[in-house]
Amino acid sequence: MQLHHQKHHQTYITNYNKALEQLDQALAKADSSSIVQLQSAIKFNGGGHINHSIFWKNLAPIREGGGEPSKASLGWAIDTQFGSLKALIQRVNAEGAALQGSGWVWLALDKELKKLSVQTTANQDPLVTKGSALVPLFGIDVWEHAYYLQYKNVKADYLKNIWKVINWKYASEVYEKENL
Amino acid sequence: MVVAVAAAAASSTWLTCALLPRQGWLHGIQEPTPGLQWTNKKRCCTRKAGLTITAKLELKPPPYPLNALEPHMSQETLEYHWGKHHRGYVDNLNKQIIGTELDEMPLEDIIITTYNKGDILPPFNNAAQIWNHDFFWESMKPGGGGKPFGELLQLIERDFGSFEKFVEEFRSAASTQFGSGWAWLAYKANRLDVGNAENPRPSDEDKKLVVVKSPNAVNPLVWDYSPLLTIDVWEHAYYLDFQIRRPDYISIFMEKLVSWEAVSSRLEIAKAQATEREEEEKRKQGEKEVGNSDNEAVKMYVDSKSDDSEAE
Repeated sequence: MQLHHQKHHQTYITNYNKALEQLDQALAKADSSSIVQLQSAIKFNGGGHINHSIFWKNLAPIREGGGEPSKASLGWAIDTQFGSLKALIQRVNAEGAALQGSGWVWLALDKELKKLSVQTTANQDPLVTKGSALVPLFGIDVWEHAYYLQYKNVKADYLKNIWKVINWKYASEVYEKENL
Repeated sequence: MVVAVAAAAASSTWLTCALLPRQGWLHGIQEPTPGLQWTNKKRCCTRKAGLTITAKLELKPPPYPLNALEPHMSQETLEYHWGKHHRGYVDNLNKQIIGTELDEMPLEDIIITTYNKGDILPPFNNAAQIWNHDFFWESMKPGGGGKPFGELLQLIERDFGSFEKFVEEFRSAASTQFGSGWAWLAYKANRLDVGNAENPRPSDEDKKLVVVKSPNAVNPLVWDYSPLLTIDVWEHAYYLDFQIRRPDYISIFMEKLVSWEAVSSRLEIAKAQATEREEEEKRKQGEKEVGNSDNEAVKMYVDSKSDDSEAE
Protein backbone atom coordinates (compact mmCIF):
# COMPACT_ATOMS: atom_id res chain seq x y z
CA MET A 1 0.00 0.00 0.00
CA GLN A 2 2.77 2.38 1.03
CA LEU A 3 4.73 1.91 -2.14
CA HIS A 4 1.61 2.04 -4.27
CA HIS A 5 0.33 5.27 -2.80
CA GLN A 6 3.47 7.14 -1.88
CA LYS A 7 5.60 6.19 -4.85
CA HIS A 8 3.48 5.15 -7.81
CA HIS A 9 0.52 7.46 -7.28
CA GLN A 10 2.83 10.30 -6.25
CA THR A 11 4.90 9.82 -9.40
CA TYR A 12 1.78 10.04 -11.57
CA ILE A 13 0.83 13.30 -9.84
CA THR A 14 4.32 14.75 -10.16
CA ASN A 15 4.54 13.89 -13.85
CA TYR A 16 0.96 15.01 -14.47
CA ASN A 17 1.72 18.42 -12.96
CA LYS A 18 4.86 18.66 -15.07
CA ALA A 19 2.95 17.82 -18.20
CA LEU A 20 0.23 20.36 -17.37
CA GLU A 21 2.87 23.06 -16.86
CA GLN A 22 4.38 22.22 -20.20
CA LEU A 23 0.92 22.25 -21.74
CA ASP A 24 0.26 25.72 -20.35
CA GLN A 25 3.44 26.97 -21.94
CA ALA A 26 2.66 25.31 -25.22
CA LEU A 27 -0.88 26.74 -25.25
CA ALA A 28 0.43 30.21 -24.52
CA LYS A 29 2.74 29.93 -27.51
CA ALA A 30 0.11 28.16 -29.64
CA ASP A 31 2.74 25.48 -30.16
CA SER A 32 0.48 22.85 -31.72
CA SER A 33 3.22 20.32 -32.12
CA SER A 34 4.04 20.35 -28.41
CA ILE A 35 0.37 20.46 -27.44
CA VAL A 36 -0.26 17.26 -29.35
CA GLN A 37 2.96 15.63 -28.22
CA LEU A 38 2.07 16.17 -24.57
CA GLN A 39 -1.21 14.31 -24.88
CA SER A 40 0.24 10.89 -24.15
CA ALA A 41 2.04 12.09 -21.01
CA ILE A 42 -1.21 13.73 -19.85
CA LYS A 43 -3.18 10.58 -20.54
CA PHE A 44 -0.69 8.29 -18.80
CA ASN A 45 -0.07 10.39 -15.76
CA GLY A 46 -3.43 12.15 -15.51
CA GLY A 47 -5.15 8.84 -16.00
CA GLY A 48 -2.91 7.33 -13.35
CA HIS A 49 -3.91 10.05 -10.93
CA ILE A 50 -7.61 9.77 -11.69
CA ASN A 51 -7.65 6.00 -11.42
CA HIS A 52 -5.68 5.76 -8.21
CA SER A 53 -7.71 8.51 -6.57
CA ILE A 54 -10.80 6.42 -7.22
CA PHE A 55 -9.04 3.24 -6.12
CA TRP A 56 -8.23 4.41 -2.61
CA LYS A 57 -11.91 5.27 -2.11
CA ASN A 58 -12.87 1.84 -3.42
CA LEU A 59 -11.07 0.13 -0.54
CA ALA A 60 -11.87 0.08 3.16
CA PRO A 61 -10.47 -1.78 6.14
CA ILE A 62 -12.58 -4.74 7.20
CA ARG A 63 -13.24 -3.10 10.55
CA GLU A 64 -14.76 -0.16 8.69
CA GLY A 65 -17.09 -2.27 6.57
CA GLY A 66 -14.71 -3.29 3.81
CA GLY A 67 -15.99 -6.36 2.03
CA GLU A 68 -19.55 -5.96 3.28
CA PRO A 69 -21.81 -6.16 0.26
CA SER A 70 -24.32 -3.47 -0.53
CA LYS A 71 -27.84 -4.01 0.80
CA ALA A 72 -29.16 -0.95 -0.97
CA SER A 73 -30.23 -0.44 -4.56
CA LEU A 74 -26.80 -1.35 -5.91
CA GLY A 75 -27.08 -4.83 -4.41
CA TRP A 76 -30.44 -5.25 -6.05
CA ALA A 77 -29.12 -4.02 -9.40
CA ILE A 78 -26.23 -6.49 -9.23
CA ASP A 79 -28.59 -9.39 -8.51
CA THR A 80 -30.87 -8.36 -11.35
CA GLN A 81 -28.19 -7.78 -13.95
CA PHE A 82 -25.61 -10.41 -13.04
CA GLY A 83 -27.72 -12.99 -11.23
CA SER A 84 -25.88 -12.72 -7.95
CA LEU A 85 -22.95 -11.01 -6.28
CA LYS A 86 -20.97 -14.24 -6.69
CA ALA A 87 -21.60 -14.14 -10.43
CA LEU A 88 -20.39 -10.54 -10.59
CA ILE A 89 -17.24 -11.42 -8.67
CA GLN A 90 -16.56 -14.32 -11.00
CA ARG A 91 -16.98 -12.04 -13.98
CA VAL A 92 -14.75 -9.29 -12.64
CA ASN A 93 -12.06 -11.78 -11.68
CA ALA A 94 -12.20 -13.49 -15.07
CA GLU A 95 -11.78 -10.15 -16.84
CA GLY A 96 -8.98 -9.15 -14.50
CA ALA A 97 -7.18 -12.44 -14.99
CA ALA A 98 -7.50 -12.29 -18.76
CA LEU A 99 -6.20 -8.74 -19.04
CA GLN A 100 -2.82 -8.84 -20.79
CA GLY A 101 -0.19 -6.41 -19.62
CA SER A 102 -1.22 -3.53 -17.40
CA GLY A 103 -4.68 -2.12 -16.78
CA TRP A 104 -7.79 -1.92 -14.65
CA VAL A 105 -11.03 -3.81 -14.29
CA TRP A 106 -14.13 -1.79 -13.38
CA LEU A 107 -17.69 -2.15 -12.24
CA ALA A 108 -19.28 0.60 -14.27
CA LEU A 109 -22.64 2.31 -14.35
CA ASP A 110 -23.80 3.52 -17.73
CA LYS A 111 -25.67 6.69 -16.77
CA GLU A 112 -27.62 6.84 -20.02
CA LEU A 113 -28.60 3.21 -20.33
CA LYS A 114 -28.99 2.88 -16.56
CA LYS A 115 -27.10 -0.38 -16.68
CA LEU A 116 -24.18 -1.91 -14.83
CA SER A 117 -21.33 -3.46 -16.74
CA VAL A 118 -17.88 -4.90 -16.20
CA GLN A 119 -15.23 -3.06 -18.20
CA THR A 120 -11.48 -3.19 -18.57
CA THR A 121 -9.12 -0.42 -19.56
CA ALA A 122 -5.51 -0.72 -20.63
CA ASN A 123 -2.60 0.97 -18.89
CA GLN A 124 -3.92 4.09 -17.12
CA ASP A 125 -6.79 4.80 -19.47
CA PRO A 126 -9.66 6.13 -17.35
CA LEU A 127 -13.04 4.41 -17.58
CA VAL A 128 -14.53 7.20 -19.68
CA THR A 129 -12.31 6.13 -22.56
CA LYS A 130 -14.62 3.12 -22.85
CA GLY A 131 -17.75 5.28 -22.99
CA SER A 132 -18.48 8.86 -22.00
CA ALA A 133 -21.57 7.83 -20.01
CA LEU A 134 -19.66 5.33 -17.89
CA VAL A 135 -19.19 6.08 -14.19
CA PRO A 136 -16.80 3.96 -12.14
CA LEU A 137 -18.42 2.36 -9.09
CA PHE A 138 -15.14 0.68 -8.30
CA GLY A 139 -11.96 -0.26 -10.08
CA ILE A 140 -9.36 -2.91 -9.34
CA ASP A 141 -5.79 -2.09 -10.30
CA VAL A 142 -4.28 -5.10 -12.09
CA TRP A 143 -0.92 -3.54 -12.86
CA GLU A 144 1.70 -5.88 -11.44
CA HIS A 145 2.85 -3.22 -8.99
CA ALA A 146 -0.57 -3.47 -7.32
CA TYR A 147 0.01 -7.01 -6.12
CA TYR A 148 3.49 -8.25 -6.90
CA LEU A 149 5.21 -7.88 -3.55
CA GLN A 150 2.44 -9.76 -1.81
CA TYR A 151 1.18 -12.20 -4.41
CA LYS A 152 4.04 -12.36 -6.94
CA ASN A 153 2.75 -13.88 -10.19
CA VAL A 154 -0.47 -15.25 -8.67
CA LYS A 155 -2.82 -12.53 -9.86
CA ALA A 156 -5.77 -14.84 -9.22
CA ASP A 157 -5.11 -14.84 -5.46
CA TYR A 158 -4.96 -11.04 -5.41
CA LEU A 159 -8.30 -10.92 -7.22
CA LYS A 160 -9.79 -13.47 -4.84
CA ASN A 161 -8.74 -11.56 -1.74
CA ILE A 162 -9.37 -7.99 -2.76
CA TRP A 163 -13.12 -8.48 -2.32
CA LYS A 164 -12.50 -8.61 1.42
CA VAL A 165 -11.66 -4.91 1.36
CA ILE A 166 -13.89 -3.53 -1.37
CA ASN A 167 -15.77 -0.50 -0.10
CA TRP A 168 -19.33 -1.29 -1.14
CA LYS A 169 -20.69 1.63 0.84
CA TYR A 170 -18.84 4.07 -1.38
CA ALA A 171 -19.86 2.21 -4.52
CA SER A 172 -23.50 2.35 -3.41
CA GLU A 173 -23.29 6.07 -2.76
CA VAL A 174 -21.91 6.73 -6.22
CA TYR A 175 -24.54 4.44 -7.76
CA GLU A 176 -27.41 6.19 -6.02
CA LYS A 177 -26.09 9.61 -6.90
CA GLU A 178 -25.57 8.83 -10.59
CA ASN A 179 -28.45 6.48 -11.26
CA LEU A 180 -31.14 9.14 -11.28
CA MET B 1 -4.14 -18.55 -52.17
CA VAL B 2 -3.85 -18.76 -48.43
CA VAL B 3 -3.84 -15.14 -47.32
CA ALA B 4 -2.42 -15.36 -43.83
CA VAL B 5 0.41 -17.62 -44.86
CA ALA B 6 1.21 -15.56 -47.93
CA ALA B 7 1.83 -12.63 -45.65
CA ALA B 8 3.98 -14.77 -43.38
CA ALA B 9 5.89 -16.26 -46.28
CA ALA B 10 6.64 -12.86 -47.72
CA SER B 11 8.02 -11.63 -44.46
CA SER B 12 9.91 -14.58 -43.09
CA THR B 13 12.66 -16.94 -44.08
CA TRP B 14 11.34 -19.64 -41.80
CA LEU B 15 7.98 -20.53 -43.30
CA THR B 16 8.42 -22.02 -46.73
CA CYS B 17 5.38 -24.28 -46.60
CA ALA B 18 2.41 -22.68 -48.32
CA LEU B 19 -0.22 -25.05 -47.07
CA LEU B 20 -2.39 -24.67 -44.00
CA PRO B 21 -5.60 -26.45 -43.03
CA ARG B 22 -8.88 -24.59 -43.07
CA GLN B 23 -10.10 -24.97 -39.57
CA GLY B 24 -9.17 -23.54 -36.22
CA TRP B 25 -7.39 -20.27 -35.68
CA LEU B 26 -7.15 -19.26 -39.30
CA HIS B 27 -10.76 -19.96 -40.14
CA GLY B 28 -12.31 -16.90 -41.65
CA ILE B 29 -8.97 -15.25 -42.31
CA GLN B 30 -7.79 -17.30 -45.23
CA GLU B 31 -9.43 -18.38 -48.45
CA PRO B 32 -10.07 -22.11 -48.41
CA THR B 33 -7.98 -23.90 -50.98
CA PRO B 34 -10.35 -26.09 -52.96
CA GLY B 35 -9.50 -29.75 -52.91
CA LEU B 36 -6.82 -29.34 -50.28
CA GLN B 37 -7.70 -31.25 -47.16
CA TRP B 38 -5.51 -32.21 -44.26
CA THR B 39 -5.95 -35.82 -43.33
CA ASN B 40 -3.40 -35.77 -40.57
CA LYS B 41 -1.53 -33.24 -38.55
CA LYS B 42 1.93 -33.98 -39.88
CA ARG B 43 3.41 -30.88 -41.33
CA CYS B 44 5.41 -30.74 -44.49
CA CYS B 45 7.17 -27.49 -43.73
CA THR B 46 10.82 -27.18 -44.44
CA ARG B 47 12.86 -24.77 -42.51
CA LYS B 48 16.27 -23.19 -42.62
CA ALA B 49 18.89 -22.78 -39.92
CA GLY B 50 18.29 -26.22 -38.42
CA LEU B 51 15.18 -25.49 -36.36
CA THR B 52 13.41 -28.63 -35.27
CA ILE B 53 9.76 -29.43 -35.11
CA THR B 54 8.43 -30.32 -31.65
CA ALA B 55 4.94 -31.46 -30.93
CA LYS B 56 4.89 -29.70 -27.56
CA LEU B 57 6.72 -26.51 -26.64
CA GLU B 58 9.08 -26.80 -23.71
CA LEU B 59 10.39 -24.21 -21.29
CA LYS B 60 14.05 -23.54 -22.11
CA PRO B 61 16.24 -22.74 -19.10
CA PRO B 62 18.43 -19.63 -19.11
CA PRO B 63 22.04 -20.32 -20.17
CA TYR B 64 23.21 -19.92 -16.55
CA PRO B 65 22.01 -20.99 -13.09
CA LEU B 66 19.20 -18.96 -11.53
CA ASN B 67 21.54 -17.36 -9.01
CA ALA B 68 24.25 -16.51 -11.54
CA LEU B 69 23.12 -12.92 -12.09
CA GLU B 70 23.26 -12.01 -8.39
CA PRO B 71 23.48 -9.39 -6.99
CA HIS B 72 22.26 -7.48 -10.06
CA MET B 73 19.24 -9.66 -10.68
CA SER B 74 18.28 -11.79 -7.72
CA GLN B 75 17.75 -15.53 -7.71
CA GLU B 76 14.27 -14.88 -6.38
CA THR B 77 13.49 -12.79 -9.44
CA LEU B 78 14.75 -15.53 -11.75
CA GLU B 79 12.76 -18.15 -9.84
CA TYR B 80 9.54 -16.23 -10.34
CA HIS B 81 10.24 -14.62 -13.66
CA TRP B 82 11.51 -17.76 -15.37
CA GLY B 83 10.00 -20.41 -13.14
CA LYS B 84 6.47 -18.96 -12.96
CA HIS B 85 5.86 -16.29 -15.59
CA HIS B 86 7.87 -17.78 -18.46
CA ARG B 87 6.75 -21.28 -17.58
CA GLY B 88 3.14 -20.06 -17.46
CA TYR B 89 3.36 -18.73 -21.02
CA VAL B 90 4.64 -22.10 -22.23
CA ASP B 91 1.98 -24.12 -20.41
CA ASN B 92 -0.79 -21.79 -21.55
CA LEU B 93 0.29 -21.74 -25.17
CA ASN B 94 0.46 -25.53 -25.28
CA LYS B 95 -3.10 -25.64 -23.97
CA GLN B 96 -4.22 -23.12 -26.57
CA ILE B 97 -2.68 -24.73 -29.63
CA ILE B 98 -3.05 -28.44 -28.98
CA GLY B 99 -5.02 -30.05 -31.77
CA THR B 100 -4.90 -26.95 -33.94
CA GLU B 101 -2.79 -26.20 -36.96
CA LEU B 102 -0.56 -24.01 -34.80
CA ASP B 103 0.55 -27.13 -32.97
CA GLU B 104 3.94 -28.29 -34.28
CA MET B 105 4.54 -24.98 -36.08
CA PRO B 106 7.83 -23.36 -35.14
CA LEU B 107 7.36 -20.71 -32.48
CA GLU B 108 8.30 -17.82 -34.76
CA ASP B 109 5.66 -18.92 -37.27
CA ILE B 110 3.03 -19.06 -34.53
CA ILE B 111 3.98 -15.52 -33.56
CA ILE B 112 3.72 -14.07 -37.07
CA THR B 113 0.51 -15.97 -37.82
CA THR B 114 -1.27 -15.01 -34.63
CA TYR B 115 -0.08 -11.41 -34.78
CA ASN B 116 -2.35 -11.42 -37.78
CA LYS B 117 -1.15 -8.05 -39.08
CA GLY B 118 -2.10 -6.34 -35.82
CA ASP B 119 -5.52 -7.93 -35.39
CA ILE B 120 -4.07 -10.08 -32.66
CA LEU B 121 -5.35 -13.62 -32.02
CA PRO B 122 -5.39 -15.08 -28.49
CA PRO B 123 -2.31 -17.33 -28.71
CA PHE B 124 -0.12 -14.38 -29.75
CA ASN B 125 0.46 -13.09 -26.24
CA ASN B 126 1.68 -16.43 -24.95
CA ALA B 127 3.70 -17.31 -28.04
CA ALA B 128 5.45 -13.97 -28.28
CA GLN B 129 6.14 -13.85 -24.56
CA ILE B 130 7.81 -17.26 -24.72
CA TRP B 131 10.07 -16.04 -27.49
CA ASN B 132 10.70 -12.69 -25.79
CA HIS B 133 11.77 -14.31 -22.56
CA ASP B 134 14.05 -16.86 -24.25
CA PHE B 135 15.64 -13.92 -26.02
CA PHE B 136 15.87 -11.90 -22.81
CA TRP B 137 17.69 -14.58 -20.79
CA GLU B 138 20.14 -15.01 -23.64
CA SER B 139 20.69 -11.25 -23.80
CA MET B 140 22.30 -11.39 -20.37
CA LYS B 141 25.21 -13.22 -18.81
CA PRO B 142 27.01 -13.34 -15.48
CA GLY B 143 29.73 -10.71 -15.53
CA GLY B 144 28.02 -8.92 -18.40
CA GLY B 145 27.96 -5.25 -19.24
CA GLY B 146 30.89 -3.24 -20.47
CA LYS B 147 31.09 -2.25 -24.10
CA PRO B 148 30.44 -4.04 -27.37
CA PHE B 149 33.33 -4.70 -29.75
CA GLY B 150 34.20 -5.26 -33.39
CA GLU B 151 31.64 -4.78 -36.10
CA LEU B 152 28.78 -4.32 -33.63
CA LEU B 153 30.55 -1.38 -32.02
CA GLN B 154 31.30 0.08 -35.45
CA LEU B 155 27.66 -0.11 -36.49
CA ILE B 156 26.50 1.36 -33.17
CA GLU B 157 28.86 4.28 -33.62
CA ARG B 158 27.77 4.69 -37.23
CA ASP B 159 24.03 4.60 -36.53
CA PHE B 160 23.84 6.33 -33.14
CA GLY B 161 26.89 8.59 -33.22
CA SER B 162 28.53 6.95 -30.23
CA PHE B 163 28.05 4.08 -27.82
CA GLU B 164 26.99 6.57 -25.13
CA LYS B 165 24.30 8.00 -27.38
CA PHE B 166 23.02 4.51 -28.10
CA VAL B 167 22.83 3.77 -24.37
CA GLU B 168 20.92 7.00 -23.82
CA GLU B 169 18.40 6.14 -26.52
CA PHE B 170 17.99 2.59 -25.28
CA ARG B 171 17.50 3.75 -21.69
CA SER B 172 14.99 6.33 -22.82
CA ALA B 173 12.99 3.77 -24.77
CA ALA B 174 13.04 1.38 -21.81
CA SER B 175 11.94 4.07 -19.33
CA THR B 176 9.23 5.55 -21.48
CA GLN B 177 7.55 2.32 -22.53
CA PHE B 178 4.43 3.00 -20.52
CA GLY B 179 2.75 0.04 -18.90
CA SER B 180 4.13 -3.36 -19.83
CA GLY B 181 6.51 -4.00 -22.69
CA TRP B 182 10.05 -4.25 -23.98
CA ALA B 183 12.83 -2.12 -25.38
CA TRP B 184 14.97 -3.43 -28.22
CA LEU B 185 18.09 -2.91 -30.24
CA ALA B 186 17.24 -4.28 -33.66
CA TYR B 187 18.73 -4.56 -37.13
CA LYS B 188 16.44 -3.16 -39.75
CA ALA B 189 17.27 -4.46 -43.17
CA ASN B 190 14.21 -4.48 -45.36
CA ARG B 191 11.95 -1.97 -46.99
CA LEU B 192 8.85 -2.46 -44.95
CA ASP B 193 5.98 -3.96 -46.86
CA VAL B 194 4.39 -6.28 -44.39
CA GLY B 195 1.05 -4.51 -44.21
CA ASN B 196 1.13 -4.41 -40.42
CA ALA B 197 -1.15 -2.24 -38.40
CA GLU B 198 1.77 -0.43 -36.87
CA ASN B 199 5.33 -0.05 -38.00
CA PRO B 200 7.48 2.13 -35.77
CA ARG B 201 10.21 3.01 -38.23
CA PRO B 202 8.86 3.17 -41.78
CA SER B 203 11.74 5.21 -43.13
CA ASP B 204 13.61 4.51 -46.30
CA GLU B 205 16.87 3.87 -44.50
CA ASP B 206 18.00 0.35 -44.79
CA LYS B 207 20.47 -1.94 -43.11
CA LYS B 208 20.77 -0.01 -39.91
CA LEU B 209 20.54 -0.44 -36.19
CA VAL B 210 17.49 1.01 -34.47
CA VAL B 211 16.16 1.25 -30.93
CA VAL B 212 12.46 0.48 -30.68
CA LYS B 213 10.03 -0.17 -27.86
CA SER B 214 6.99 -2.38 -27.88
CA PRO B 215 3.93 -2.85 -25.66
CA ASN B 216 2.95 -6.03 -23.85
CA ALA B 217 4.02 -9.03 -25.94
CA VAL B 218 4.77 -7.33 -29.23
CA ASN B 219 8.29 -7.83 -30.58
CA PRO B 220 10.23 -6.64 -33.65
CA LEU B 221 9.67 -9.92 -35.50
CA VAL B 222 6.20 -8.68 -36.40
CA TRP B 223 7.74 -5.63 -38.08
CA ASP B 224 10.20 -7.81 -39.94
CA TYR B 225 13.18 -6.45 -37.97
CA SER B 226 15.93 -8.65 -36.54
CA PRO B 227 16.05 -8.26 -32.76
CA LEU B 228 19.55 -8.06 -31.32
CA LEU B 229 19.04 -7.14 -27.66
CA THR B 230 16.09 -6.72 -25.35
CA ILE B 231 15.20 -5.61 -21.87
CA ASP B 232 11.94 -6.71 -20.24
CA VAL B 233 10.17 -3.72 -18.69
CA TRP B 234 7.08 -5.49 -17.45
CA GLU B 235 6.93 -4.72 -13.74
CA HIS B 236 7.40 -8.38 -12.85
CA ALA B 237 10.90 -8.17 -14.35
CA TYR B 238 12.18 -5.70 -11.78
CA TYR B 239 9.65 -5.27 -9.01
CA LEU B 240 11.19 -7.63 -6.46
CA ASP B 241 14.66 -6.10 -6.87
CA PHE B 242 13.89 -2.49 -7.70
CA GLN B 243 10.20 -1.84 -7.00
CA ILE B 244 9.22 1.37 -8.75
CA ARG B 245 12.82 2.27 -9.66
CA ARG B 246 12.79 1.16 -13.28
CA PRO B 247 15.61 3.55 -14.27
CA ASP B 248 17.93 1.88 -11.73
CA TYR B 249 17.04 -1.54 -13.13
CA ILE B 250 17.82 -0.33 -16.64
CA SER B 251 21.20 1.03 -15.51
CA ILE B 252 22.18 -2.20 -13.83
CA PHE B 253 21.08 -4.12 -16.90
CA MET B 254 23.32 -2.03 -19.16
CA GLU B 255 26.28 -1.90 -16.79
CA LYS B 256 26.34 -5.40 -15.38
CA LEU B 257 24.17 -7.81 -17.35
CA VAL B 258 24.18 -7.29 -21.12
CA SER B 259 25.91 -10.04 -23.09
CA TRP B 260 27.51 -8.22 -26.00
CA GLU B 261 28.71 -11.56 -27.36
CA ALA B 262 25.12 -12.66 -27.80
CA VAL B 263 24.26 -9.35 -29.47
CA SER B 264 27.24 -9.65 -31.82
CA SER B 265 26.39 -13.15 -32.96
CA ARG B 266 22.77 -12.16 -33.51
CA LEU B 267 23.97 -9.27 -35.66
CA GLU B 268 26.05 -11.64 -37.80
CA ILE B 269 23.03 -13.87 -38.35
CA ALA B 270 20.80 -10.89 -39.09
CA LYS B 271 23.20 -9.53 -41.70
CA ALA B 272 23.56 -12.93 -43.33
CA GLN B 273 19.80 -13.32 -43.51
CA ALA B 274 19.45 -9.85 -44.98
CA THR B 275 22.00 -10.62 -47.69
CA GLU B 276 20.28 -13.91 -48.45
CA ARG B 277 16.94 -12.21 -48.82
CA GLU B 278 18.43 -9.52 -51.05
CA GLU B 279 19.80 -12.19 -53.35
CA GLU B 280 16.50 -14.03 -53.31
CA GLU B 281 14.73 -10.79 -54.28
CA LYS B 282 17.16 -10.24 -57.16
CA ARG B 283 16.66 -13.77 -58.37
CA LYS B 284 12.87 -13.39 -58.27
CA GLN B 285 13.14 -10.07 -60.07
CA GLY B 286 15.21 -11.75 -62.76
CA GLU B 287 12.64 -14.51 -63.16
CA LYS B 288 9.82 -11.99 -63.43
CA GLU B 289 11.60 -10.21 -66.24
CA VAL B 290 12.07 -13.44 -68.15
CA GLY B 291 8.37 -14.17 -67.58
CA ASN B 292 7.40 -10.77 -68.99
CA SER B 293 9.29 -11.29 -72.21
CA ASP B 294 7.51 -14.64 -72.61
CA ASN B 295 4.18 -12.83 -72.33
CA GLU B 296 5.26 -10.47 -75.06
CA ALA B 297 5.76 -13.42 -77.39
CA VAL B 298 2.25 -14.73 -76.68
CA LYS B 299 0.71 -11.31 -77.34
CA MET B 300 2.31 -11.13 -80.74
CA TYR B 301 0.89 -14.51 -81.67
CA VAL B 302 -2.62 -13.48 -80.72
CA ASP B 303 -2.33 -10.24 -82.70
CA SER B 304 -1.27 -12.02 -85.87
CA LYS B 305 -4.24 -14.35 -85.42
CA SER B 306 -6.71 -11.46 -85.33
CA ASP B 307 -5.05 -10.05 -88.43
CA ASP B 308 -5.90 -13.28 -90.17
CA SER B 309 -9.57 -13.07 -89.16
CA GLU B 310 -9.74 -9.51 -90.40
CA ALA B 311 -8.28 -10.53 -93.67
CA GLU B 312 -11.15 -12.99 -94.07
